[in-house]
Amino acid sequence: MGDHTIDLTVNGTTHSIDVEARMTLADALREECGLTGTHLGCEHGVCGACTVLMDGQPVRACLVFAVQCEGVEISTVEGLARDGQLHPLQQAFWDHHGLQCGFCTPGFLMLAVGALAENPDPSDEEMIEILSSNLCRCTGYQNIVKAVKAAAEHMRS
Amino acid sequence: MIGSSPRRIEDRPLLTGTARFAADVTLAGQLHMRVVRSQLASGRIAAVDVDAALEMPGVAAVWTGADVGDLPPIDFRMTKVEGLSPYRQPVLAVDFVRYVGEPVAVVFAESEYLAEDAADLVFVDYDDLEVSLDVTMPTLFQPDLSGEPARIEKGYGDVEKAFGEADVVVELELAIGRHSGVPLETRGALATWDGAALRVYGAAKVPHYNRDAVARMLGLDRDHVHFSEGHVGGGFGIRGELYPEDVLVCVAAMRLGRPIKWIEDRREHLVAANHSRDQVHRIRAAATRDGVITAIDDEFFHDQGAYVRTHAATVPDLTAAMLPGPYRIPSYRVTGHIVLTNKTPAGTYRAPGRYEGTFVRERVIDAVADRLGLDRIEVRRMNLITPGEIPYERDLLALGTHVVYDSGDYPTLLDAVLDHVDHTTLVAELVSRRGRGELVGMGVGLFVEKSGLGPFDEVRIELSEDGTVEVITGVASIGQGIETAMAQVCASALGADFESIRVTHGQTDRIDRGMGAFATRTTVMTGSATLAASQTLRRMIIDEAAAMLEASPADLDVAEGRVFVVGSPGASVGFAEVGAVTGGLSATEEFTTDHMTYPYGVHLAVVAVDAETSAVAVERFVIGYDVGKAINPTLVEGQLVGAVAQGLGGALYEEFVFDDHGQPLATSFMDYLMPTLTEMPPVEIVLSEATPSPLNPLGVKGAGEGGITAVGAAVAAAIDDALTSPGLVRRLPVTPDRLRAV
Repeated sequence: MGDHTIDLTVNGTTHSIDVEARMTLADALREECGLTGTHLGCEHGVCGACTVLMDGQPVRACLVFAVQCEGVEISTVEGLARDGQLHPLQQAFWDHHGLQCGFCTPGFLMLAVGALAENPDPSDEEMIEILSSNLCRCTGYQNIVKAVKAAAEHMRS
Repeated sequence: MIGSSPRRIEDRPLLTGTARFAADVTLAGQLHMRVVRSQLASGRIAAVDVDAALEMPGVAAVWTGADVGDLPPIDFRMTKVEGLSPYRQPVLAVDFVRYVGEPVAVVFAESEYLAEDAADLVFVDYDDLEVSLDVTMPTLFQPDLSGEPARIEKGYGDVEKAFGEADVVVELELAIGRHSGVPLETRGALATWDGAALRVYGAAKVPHYNRDAVARMLGLDRDHVHFSEGHVGGGFGIRGELYPEDVLVCVAAMRLGRPIKWIEDRREHLVAANHSRDQVHRIRAAATRDGVITAIDDEFFHDQGAYVRTHAATVPDLTAAMLPGPYRIPSYRVTGHIVLTNKTPAGTYRAPGRYEGTFVRERVIDAVADRLGLDRIEVRRMNLITPGEIPYERDLLALGTHVVYDSGDYPTLLDAVLDHVDHTTLVAELVSRRGRGELVGMGVGLFVEKSGLGPFDEVRIELSEDGTVEVITGVASIGQGIETAMAQVCASALGADFESIRVTHGQTDRIDRGMGAFATRTTVMTGSATLAASQTLRRMIIDEAAAMLEASPADLDVAEGRVFVVGSPGASVGFAEVGAVTGGLSATEEFTTDHMTYPYGVHLAVVAVDAETSAVAVERFVIGYDVGKAINPTLVEGQLVGAVAQGLGGALYEEFVFDDHGQPLATSFMDYLMPTLTEMPPVEIVLSEATPSPLNPLGVKGAGEGGITAVGAAVAAAIDDALTSPGLVRRLPVTPDRLRAV
């Protein structure tokens, strides 16, 4: 169907897929790779629900084309838990009631994973700046901040 | 378990990306539906040309209004008021379009991308008609149909006499902007027809009602229609109502013989899903010179948008019924005009009618205090209903039920909030900061909420052969933590192991009746039904275990999924053994009520206004709220804090703006501004369990809406205070442009 055959490496697994040039990374992950943990909240790069990592950097998967992603390591929420063991950020979101409907959660998790890899000990101001990248409509953010702070501390120790 | 805050049982799939939201469901052979929407706010459809779209490879069908002309319009679910029926929305527009975003045609194609391409090829020719946008100036809906189909009129006491005898009368015109729930997951639906039965995925909020409504519309036996709720990305009142798109996927699945999937995009959502609020009030209050309010007389105009949808008159009805709030107000009269305009149709959004009414009432109380030179808080205190007057009956109906405040101690909660912030010190600090040139101020808003709308909820609890416990309800989950809360109630009352309880909701083939999740009703209604069913099942399990243990039922107790002899815990049987011996047990109970329960709260905001930009920053927000009994305090606090964020959105940032032609200007998240973390103040909660509700066995009053109700009121008062300009704020949202203009 598509015009381009590409190899998309997601969470260490390579998917050989046919896509049109216009297919977004988010749609390719969801429709072609079956990884529906990456959610679409606005499709114009504001809400951040579709945040994934490209070579460790958080990006909006709705603003990236799949054909741009050959030779790049994509990380999604499905790759966070290992052998049934939750990632410290997942665990902290659970412990601190950092989610209600859970739709924005994968995006916040990937945003935080990427940001903490770059700066494991952000100040309160830096934390507010980072987490203001994404929208949550349920929690009022308070418990998301608590969760990310707790996870950051845990990951540093 | 009741009263503790275990981690939620529903979280794991949401954290690991294995949840199944509507868009995550894919069925073999599915077609994608794309809606062609009106680009005009008011017009006559001259012609719809679908030829080019139909010729596109991969397109299975294109329908216009004529293709579904046999379907009735979508009916009302709630609050029927005489005269509204002609204003219901057709599934696809016929002859006329009335708002930008109205479905005019639908395209069915092999992929979402193709469907969108084909939709672009559908050409609709319109003749422009005059646009009606001013809610205070109703025009005609059709040549022979008024643009004001109905009025809500309520009241009690002798208002004229009170105004005649008043020492002081204040009069205000106040407006609440158009905003809405805007859940982060857009709407979506997927339907499949096997020749005999229709299955619909993507259900939310009221699956059983929608099953029945779709069955009626399509002429199906309701036993052949099944609605299934997956994960739901936020509700807030707007999601899960029956919309045209939901009906279209059902009809198409039947007619085209393939599964039909529709996932809304964000732009569509912002012009097509229910808007809310959008009222103009002209309110008068009569008072004595001491500040006792003797009457309120309100006339308001409710902008219903282009059609009357499923909620019918719910929002204006609640506005009118709940406006008096926690105050005595001996005489009250209200007239609410339901007015049709050429904007997106409106429905409920978290605290419908109360966010609006509370803003209006609290503004008028501030105005009375300001006029008399009295302290705003003291005027509130002297007008509050006191605990000795409760239960307090208002001679009013809300959603068809008598308004009786069942429980409450309003003055004590007000004091608790003032103590929490050390009110005297806070006021002194603000005065001192203002003295240094800062524009800072404080405002409060008091309110009564409502919760636990009946008439019933039913719960079945099953002990399976292998000993697991499943709670099956007709309620729905919209992210509020209903599974955890119900499992806590069940674990407590049944003695089951909390971690092993499964809660099933929103599946119409698992339980025949259910009311769903709205009106802050689930913890009250479903919780009470869960309690009753747990108690019944507990007795059944004890009776079985008594035979197995050769003991008297009176000597047995249950905990952590085991039945044991009191005093000799060694003699026990587990639920698994009881399940194996009995082949499984099941208990069904219902909870019914004719009255809502009325939680109440106090909001306090501290704001700072930027002298250069006129931007308002909320420095601090405090909520005092009485829930009667918190099943899970962490979940209650989560509900309240999340609601504050939404309330701030409506108070300061979010607004569906239209230009003079009725073109919507807020059609992306760049224009419709929802609060991010940067805009959120720390929220402090003074959670009260002082007055349990006598109306249900748990004593609970819901917490779903109380975080939003007085946010607009408190922020408005705080801005007045910051700018030392009493009565300055008369309209929400208070955007920098508007603030600069006044």
